Amino acid sequence: MTEASFPGLVVPRPKLPRPRRREVTLALRTAGPLALLGGWWLASATGVLSPDVLASPLTVLDAARELWSDGQLTDALRVSLTRAVLGLAFGLAAGLLLGVVTGFWRLGEELLDSPLQLLRALPFLSLVPLFMVWFGIGESARIILIAVATTFPMYVSTAGGVRNVDRRLLEAMRSFGLGGWQLVRQVVLPGALPSLLAGFRLSMTLSVIALIAAEEINSTSGIGYLMTQAQSFSRTDILSVCVLIYGILGICADLVARLAERVFMPWRVKEAAR
Amino acid sequence: MSVAVHIEGLRRTFGTRSVLDGLALDIRRGEFVALLGASGTGKTTLLRILGALDRPDAGTVLVPEARTIVFQEPRLVPSKRVLGNVVVGLPRGDASRERGLRALAEVGLADHARAWPHTLSGGEAQRVALARALVREPELLLLDEPFAALDALTRLKMQDLVGDLVRRHRPAVLLVTHDVDEAVRLADRVAVLKDGDLVTDETVTTDRPRDATDPAFTALRRRLLADLGVREPAPVEEGAVR
Ligand SMILES: Nc1ncnc2c1ncn2[C@@H]1O[C@H](COP(=O)(O)OP(=O)(O)OP(=O)(O)O)[C@@H](O)[C@H]1O
Ligand SMILES: [Mg+2]
Repeated sequence: MTEASFPGLVVPRPKLPRPRRREVTLALRTAGPLALLGGWWLASATGVLSPDVLASPLTVLDAARELWSDGQLTDALRVSLTRAVLGLAFGLAAGLLLGVVTGFWRLGEELLDSPLQLLRALPFLSLVPLFMVWFGIGESARIILIAVATTFPMYVSTAGGVRNVDRRLLEAMRSFGLGGWQLVRQVVLPGALPSLLAGFRLSMTLSVIALIAAEEINSTSGIGYLMTQAQSFSRTDILSVCVLIYGILGICADLVARLAERVFMPWRVKEAAR
Repeated sequence: MSVAVHIEGLRRTFGTRSVLDGLALDIRRGEFVALLGASGTGKTTLLRILGALDRPDAGTVLVPEARTIVFQEPRLVPSKRVLGNVVVGLPRGDASRERGLRALAEVGLADHARAWPHTLSGGEAQRVALARALVREPELLLLDEPFAALDALTRLKMQDLVGDLVRRHRPAVLLVTHDVDEAVRLADRVAVLKDGDLVTDETVTTDRPRDATDPAFTALRRRLLADLGVREPAPVEEGAVR
């Protein structure tokens, strides 16, 4: 039986993504970063990239090993990560809280949204000198700076996501007696989760940028300090190690977001459009 | 005899269960086929395969190029007005607009062309979905329980409307429904899906408009219900029950 014996008829061809093996997905995902590394290595090996501009991957690896073995790298990482994670945690919590309040309650939006939009427009880097005056040059100033910087992306994404939760669903759940905090926790937050995770990703990136800025405040430890030192000695290999670490932190943050998606949104893993 | 749908040896498996298993069905051009079956027997799955929304695991499926679906829910785009929803995907311009307005008039919603979908009642929204399917002048119209969410009165009106429109435009129709009366009222042929294949495939011979008290009608109805696993009281009592 072919199409020929039934003129005018066709085989329906669904435009569906074919199920793909996990290994293939994994290979495709790692291909991009590996290609970047390969390009870097090739440029260094052929001399297109001179060592004064950027050290070759092997030199950078050597530098990393050296920093690792004398304990500088682990120290710097521990200090920097603590700052970033603490600041990010405060920032995410604040952004989440403010976003839910303004997205869910009209009064909250009327009262809070415009001041927050105003503050959001201030470039946080310009706040660094002010923060030094207000909070001193200690650890708290750095953490507060990171927290402030990461609050706003989380706030904007959360408020948008909460506002977009299906009104009819809320209406239905209210009729079953769900209200207030229960409604937020059981319906609103799961519904807004994709936006929350997008906000998390943005805040995460910003926390690293804020970390660099924060570690330039008269710092004596951390990756930023390591960079400042490398800069004064023109060690591009150490500078590259630090830059790479920032990149790896970015990828790790993405992995965390993906994992959170899997854990918190099991119904999205095998999505079916029925 | 010109064929609009040809299905042979169709199989669709979810996990280990073959929902459709060796199903065969032919629909002639302009023929109205109603498909009955208990919940979860794979009626929607069959319709989705015909509409190129799902993929068969084995078998031959042939359908016309021009085919449209009316889903169980209206599925209107909330950011488009009613007319925009009807002509969605058609080339922009006055010709499409005219056609859209004519289709809306046919389903009795000419006044609502500029309304937003969320302001429509359930029956109105479903009529818009019907207009959207008809405006493309399909050779095959796929209806998945299009009246299931409607009240009994609106449902009767919608059935008449669909019967009317189908007689005027003459597409081949596959109507999935749970309502045996609806199937017998509207269709040229009634099929029952069970355990992955059609167990019944009967031509309805009663003349239109069909009368539910006609003995041929009630006899067919009883046979179909028996195939679906519902036992009916004896014929004598039936007049009183219905
Ligand atoms: N994407 C899917 N993944 C797994 N199982 C599925 C999927 N789609 C359908 N099924 C299963 O296939 C069976 C048939 O589903 P289908 O929606 O076709 O039933 P139906 O006959 O339309 O039922 P109803 O009358 O209740 O609408 C069901 O048991 C359902 O659980
Ligand atoms: Mg169904």
